[in-house]
Amino acid sequence: MKLLHRLLLIPVLVWIVATLAFFLMRAAPGGPFDRERAPASKEVEAALKARYHLDESLGRQYLRFLAGVATGDLGPSFKYRHHSVNDILAQALPVSLTLGWLAFGTALGIGIPTGFLGAVYRGRWPDWGGSFLVLAGVCIPTFVLAPLLVLFFSLKLGWLPVALWGSLPQVLLPTFALGLYFAARVSRLLREGLSETLRAPFILTARAKGLGEFQLLLRHALRPSLLPVVSYCGPMLADLLTGSFVIERVFQIPGTGAFFVNSFFSRDYPMMVGLVIVYSALLLLLNLATDLAYRWLDPRVRHA
Amino acid sequence: MRPPAPSQSAPASRPGALLRSAGPVLALFATLLFGFVTSGCRPLPPADLVLHNGREPETIDPHLLTGQADGRIGSALFEGLTRYDPVTGNAIAGLAESWSLSPDGRSYTFTLRTNATWSTGQPITADDVVWSCQRAVDPKTAADYASQYFYIENGEAICNGAETNLARLGVIATSPRTVRIQLTNPTPFFLELLASRVFAVVPRATLEKYGDQWIRSPDLPCSGPYTLESWRVNDRIRLRANPHYWDAAHVRSKVVDVLAGDSAHTALNLYLAGDVDFIVDKDMFPTELAEALRARPDFHRYDYLGAYFVRFNCTRKPFTDPRVRRALALVINRPRIVERITRMQERPASHLVPFGTGGYTPPAGLEPDLPLARQLLAEAGYPGGAGFPPVEYAFNAESKLHEHIAVELQATFREALGVRIELRPLEWKTYLNNMSKLDYDMMRSSWIGDYNDPNTFLDLFLSNGGNNRTGWRDPEFDQLIHTANATLDRIRRFELLGQAEARLLRVGAPIVPLYSYVGFYALDTNRITGVHGNLLDEHPFWAIGRLPR
Repeated sequence: MKLLHRLLLIPVLVWIVATLAFFLMRAAPGGPFDRERAPASKEVEAALKARYHLDESLGRQYLRFLAGVATGDLGPSFKYRHHSVNDILAQALPVSLTLGWLAFGTALGIGIPTGFLGAVYRGRWPDWGGSFLVLAGVCIPTFVLAPLLVLFFSLKLGWLPVALWGSLPQVLLPTFALGLYFAARVSRLLREGLSETLRAPFILTARAKGLGEFQLLLRHALRPSLLPVVSYCGPMLADLLTGSFVIERVFQIPGTGAFFVNSFFSRDYPMMVGLVIVYSALLLLLNLATDLAYRWLDPRVRHA
Repeated sequence: MRPPAPSQSAPASRPGALLRSAGPVLALFATLLFGFVTSGCRPLPPADLVLHNGREPETIDPHLLTGQADGRIGSALFEGLTRYDPVTGNAIAGLAESWSLSPDGRSYTFTLRTNATWSTGQPITADDVVWSCQRAVDPKTAADYASQYFYIENGEAICNGAETNLARLGVIATSPRTVRIQLTNPTPFFLELLASRVFAVVPRATLEKYGDQWIRSPDLPCSGPYTLESWRVNDRIRLRANPHYWDAAHVRSKVVDVLAGDSAHTALNLYLAGDVDFIVDKDMFPTELAEALRARPDFHRYDYLGAYFVRFNCTRKPFTDPRVRRALALVINRPRIVERITRMQERPASHLVPFGTGGYTPPAGLEPDLPLARQLLAEAGYPGGAGFPPVEYAFNAESKLHEHIAVELQATFREALGVRIELRPLEWKTYLNNMSKLDYDMMRSSWIGDYNDPNTFLDLFLSNGGNNRTGWRDPEFDQLIHTANATLDRIRRFELLGQAEARLLRVGAPIVPLYSYVGFYALDTNRITGVHGNLLDEHPFWAIGRLPR
């Protein structure tokens, strides 16, 4: 019942966010067709505005937008004039989703083992090694890390392509560059969580009862310690799946990240609002998924 | 012995159960991953030539496009009566094989090639040319460059709605293979103008069938050397040679990939790794690395038809007084800006029209003269900068270059004249908006010429010019420009334009030019042929190809 309630709330929240985006975009100075060169004539300018309904009142434009969204049409892009927003999303979203999933896998694949080992071998070399990785991942911003990776692995060693998107080798560097920061966050969360769990009385009880170390760690200690990681997974996935401006720019990847930034600067109203809708819906759905995962992992939440 | 604990069995706490419940989730995850990887990555067969074209084109409709990156694709797909020469960038015969000009210089008659054909095999006729021109100038099309038609009879009237009958445009089909173009005045640079995209011939039937989305219609008929094979936004446009192009024999590369991206460093990496043959766009040059790259043999410098200048708002105090404008112009140290800030070997220029434009020699503008500047400022009522009202210097903030120049100017004005200016970084659209509404005091500006003739820079500052954007009005300047452009004799015309430019810079001074642009292109001439530096920065794709190894 509660789940249904929350599911129904999602469209309402998305609608509120989209409405805010719609009006805030139009409040910014300058319009999509302001260019360095003046329009050839007033009639040309008027025709351009009429074509995109920018000559109508704000209220009418908003109704038109709502009607479009209701039928699944996010409208034409004002900047990329031969493409609709749906068109662009259909091209760019799969790319960002692929990269996002892979980076998510990288984050968990690196973060969980290093965090686990760090907690178990606290104060010994696996912990130091993991901590170093975490420190590097958190401290080196992607816009520094990505070019360094390109410089070393592509230009110096020639092992991997420098940029572009289309083959498996081209995916490796951006995935790693994007995933490392999140891997570091995951690792740190798990290490702290697990360290704390290992100090809990029930662990002492389990040990006292003679439970094997392996069973103890994997079955009893790991699961509650994953909770902070799981709650971080929701926003992390939303962040990763909607594309990274920096990574997509450095590796010239045709995802949604660039549109997120550029559509504001070019006053591409429909593109910006379309992305806001996608992003907010994704974020809300993933938060819901996080809560569900929580219930699965933690009996206290389930029975509360 | 362990006591049975049935109450603890509800949560899936055994490793087996954990795996069992996690199994499907993992499987789902793996399938999703696989699905996304296969849908997101689809390798294309390699192209014969890979170019980096800079930013993603906004539109490639030849009549609507305004950006340079857009224009290069527009030219590859559609051609007009003339086209750009790959060596000089000047106009040479395109779809028209020959033409004649009437003695009064006002009427051109063009003869189309017998083998001028659409990529579908249909002949390109005089009616196609006429219809295309009518479409471009029709205000409903909303072409920014429709102003290029103002030199043609009734072009301006149609564009601003005074004349609604498109057939009255001075472009007339006199036979299936001949087109007459009637000009309002003799226009010495008209053939250059004709090579620009807004005069390209576009397929009427496709436009009428598909409307706004015509350019992405299947089997798009093209009049230029290439056809559009595929287009993925922010990735690449793939062009394939048009087998029916009249000059198909000289199209060097059959399949051309035109990459889009806005990071200059990535473009450079792609070039260095050999993934890109030639970086076409001059904005794709990382200026931070200018010194290192300039020294390389595969980086080529060329002068470029663009000018960097400062606008004064002549409707706002204190810049309503030309003495104030001139005083500021007289203290600028241009070589310092070029050597310390821009560092691309630009030419410092006190004149607006870049060196070498159409064979014209620009007059000197206001060269540094400190005593005169101080005297002018004192005469205007601000001796030593005393009482000078607070003014702002606005610039678009996306490039550090503009900021550095702004800081340099700020320091110069303060040290030389005691004038203090505030810096105002603006986001691009706000900057444009403020410029067109005359909502600024001083503003960083630039202009890229549309054709190789000084008029493309000078006519900006006509009193009624839409691109004037300074509020400066000078009937004498207007008169000089109009007289010059009605003059058939080239030398006399350039003299008059020179007088106009001198008046603009030395008397009115609504603007202060700082330097003329240069471009750099990255190209290994041992591997690639067909690229030549030229003032217009035109590098038609059809001429470019890899050399056999």
